[in-house]
Amino acid sequence: MPNPPPPEVVLSMKGLSIVLPGLRDRPHAVRDVSLDLRMGEILCIIGESGSGKSVTASAIMGLLPDAMRVEGGQVLFRGTDLLTLPEARMRTLRGKSVSIIFQDPLSALNPLMTIGAQIREVLDAHHIGTIEGRAARVVEMLTEVGLPDPPAIQHQYPFRLSGGQRQRVMIAMALALDPDILIADEPTTALDVTTQAQILSLIRAIQRRKGMSVLFITHDFGVVADIADRVVVMEKGLVVEQGDAAQVLRAPAHAYTRKLIAAVPGLRDADRPRDTEKPVVLEVRNLCKTYRTRSGFLSRVREVRAVDDISFTLRKGETLGIVGESGSGKSSMGKVLMKLIPADGGEIRFQGENTVALTEDAFRPLRPRIQMIFQDPYASLNPRFTVGQALTVGPVAHARLTRTAARRKAQEVLGMVGLDASAFDRYPHEFSGGQRQRVGIARALMFDPEVIVADEAVSALDVSIQAQVLDLLNDIQRRTRLAMVFITHDLRVASQICDDVLVMHRGRMVEYGPPSQIFRAPRHAYTRSLVDAIPGRAA
Amino acid sequence: MLRYLLSRLGQSAILLLIVSCVGFCVLSLAPGGPLSQFALSPGMTQEQLTRIADQMGLNRPLPVQYMDWLSHLLRGDWGVSYRDGQPVLAIIQRHLFATLLLMGTSTAIAIVLGSAIGIASAVRRGGIFDHTMTVMSMVALSIPTFWFGLVAIYVFSLNLGWLPSGGMYAVGNGSLADYLHHLIMPALVLALVDVAIWSRYMRTSTLNVVHQDFVRTARAKGLTRRRVLMKHILGNSLVPMITLAGLQLPVILGGALVTETVFTWPGMGRLFLDSLGYSDYPVVMGLLMASALLVVVGSLAADLIVALIDPRIRLN
Repeated sequence: MPNPPPPEVVLSMKGLSIVLPGLRDRPHAVRDVSLDLRMGEILCIIGESGSGKSVTASAIMGLLPDAMRVEGGQVLFRGTDLLTLPEARMRTLRGKSVSIIFQDPLSALNPLMTIGAQIREVLDAHHIGTIEGRAARVVEMLTEVGLPDPPAIQHQYPFRLSGGQRQRVMIAMALALDPDILIADEPTTALDVTTQAQILSLIRAIQRRKGMSVLFITHDFGVVADIADRVVVMEKGLVVEQGDAAQVLRAPAHAYTRKLIAAVPGLRDADRPRDTEKPVVLEVRNLCKTYRTRSGFLSRVREVRAVDDISFTLRKGETLGIVGESGSGKSSMGKVLMKLIPADGGEIRFQGENTVALTEDAFRPLRPRIQMIFQDPYASLNPRFTVGQALTVGPVAHARLTRTAARRKAQEVLGMVGLDASAFDRYPHEFSGGQRQRVGIARALMFDPEVIVADEAVSALDVSIQAQVLDLLNDIQRRTRLAMVFITHDLRVASQICDDVLVMHRGRMVEYGPPSQIFRAPRHAYTRSLVDAIPGRAA
Repeated sequence: MLRYLLSRLGQSAILLLIVSCVGFCVLSLAPGGPLSQFALSPGMTQEQLTRIADQMGLNRPLPVQYMDWLSHLLRGDWGVSYRDGQPVLAIIQRHLFATLLLMGTSTAIAIVLGSAIGIASAVRRGGIFDHTMTVMSMVALSIPTFWFGLVAIYVFSLNLGWLPSGGMYAVGNGSLADYLHHLIMPALVLALVDVAIWSRYMRTSTLNVVHQDFVRTARAKGLTRRRVLMKHILGNSLVPMITLAGLQLPVILGGALVTETVFTWPGMGRLFLDSLGYSDYPVVMGLLMASALLVVVGSLAADLIVALIDPRIRLN
């Protein structure tokens, strides 16, 4: 039987090395990276933050930060080395032959321009078609990426669209000129699970229809399993493994690959052992929160029921997961529990009191007993406070501890979250994302709380770091017997850590029960759609 | 938008009322008062003074005087100057024109030149131009305006004889060219410091924008650097500057007292100082109200322009 002819290589990277400026933990951003992108395939580059995968993408586009210098190697696109191409020639390729979409579609779009104008700019830049032709093409592209009512939505500004819609706009922009290569740099990391599934299938569908080559960058092997034909694994700037996606997933050769695959949280089959004798810490009955907004003069008041008649019971040492898409009301739920925003009705029984009825002054003594961990550990830490200051300022202000006692307690808590005691005198920017989240957890633990509300606490972290932080939370919970409300859009994560799961949809509770029931035998259609959207389920 | 505008206008009206009330009270508390000017005239007796006070209504209770003044003001009658009996409104109009001409020109120069320098420095951050401009703006900020003005007069008027040393126009002339001839030196002297300040602000503002993701997106589309700069960086870095420009208005009106004195420019700053010296309260109150009004209008205009440029503010 004759061998099929080898597929044509569209982009070939040979021995690419890029120098990191100044004194970093390593001299090269990437070193000796070689890979081939074939016609009509999806090639995934996978690795943790800092593995050099985004730098590789920027190098192909000729958009490396000024401080980074190419030391050697070639990036051949149809036989031309892009690295030696003059800027004027490179510019004519960008957006036309090679396009890129980025992780955060809000910051990647100009806030002052309508989305239609931003898509048309690609056509303008390459002088494609007539004025009318360009206008028609914009509508055509918006239709192709599945945005509703393209003739109207083209006049919208980015801030008016949802995260998923914005990413569709980015894709429309990148594909406006039918490029040969699409580079997707973590395009779904900032999106919730269902939106991620939609964007992935959109990219897959368009790629098949146009026979385009896609270089897809991700840190999540679940995503790789869903979309990749072949995969390149990068660690600290080096390619450690590459090959056919199914084969790498089935039989990973390198230890790092095995670690990344193992870090992908799966759905647990067994529930955590539980003890119904444990005392109830938090009892929520018929909780309601409605937002009222007025969009303009004389217009009617719009009501959004963010939390609509929610009830649950949380026992000592247990974790309740609240899952749902963005806009499902799960974050409002967390804020109402913390009494950061007032509830409109219902009861929250905590420490024998109904906190909904308490005034702020009466609730203040209870505040230390219920603490919060936030999604973005960098944004929630004051950059001018050392970790020590961040940890001790609260307890000292509440006059629960003296300065010396607070310091001692902080050292102890830092040890508990797996950080070195020297962290006390360092600043947030000196830590990695995972370490910063440990600081966030340490800050909550300073008060010896009964309850912790964790709002998307691991969503901004790489999958491998996520696993470590989840282990840490589990470990702390076992030791301190604290109860946790774990808010997340990621069902895999919820199944790892929760005793009970509450599924929210448009403010209402659609399902409530142990993970085995919710994930293995979902009763509600919405829960089923969430479970189906979990990346990597096909594998 | 309409509702926003109406509520802003309502707030402004209340603010102006408070300013007028406080201003009136403070002035009446000041020692001396309008009668002290008349008291200086030779042969003035106490009887005559009392009669004058009666005529001017100065012996009525303060609230009555205030309400009287306010009701006239609202009908467009700003009173007459104690000094020369001219209508206050006419005096202010004349001086306001001079101030706006000088300050408007220098501010326009400062904004255009400062923005251009700021953007150019930010785009080539750390380059020769950036470093040179950093040093030059520090120098400009350290030079006292009056000294720089005197040096400019010494060089360009006394030594070179190119430009007039003061005044707004030559007596008997008054053509546009003559105005410009008189305007050029004080406007440039005044602009010097503002160019330095504006270029620093604009540099910072632009640096914040240059590193944003959408600038990278714009380049990835294949746009030229020039188009990325004009279309994506410029607009976004100007947004915070507009608010700043609105806040600049009081400074403009409070005038360039020093510069006006050095160049004998007949502006608001000098009028204010002179009127205070003569206890010419109608003019002082008139100036106070005129400046307050313009400040309110300025910040409102800045907010409206920001809303016009930034859809996130306009549409929310």
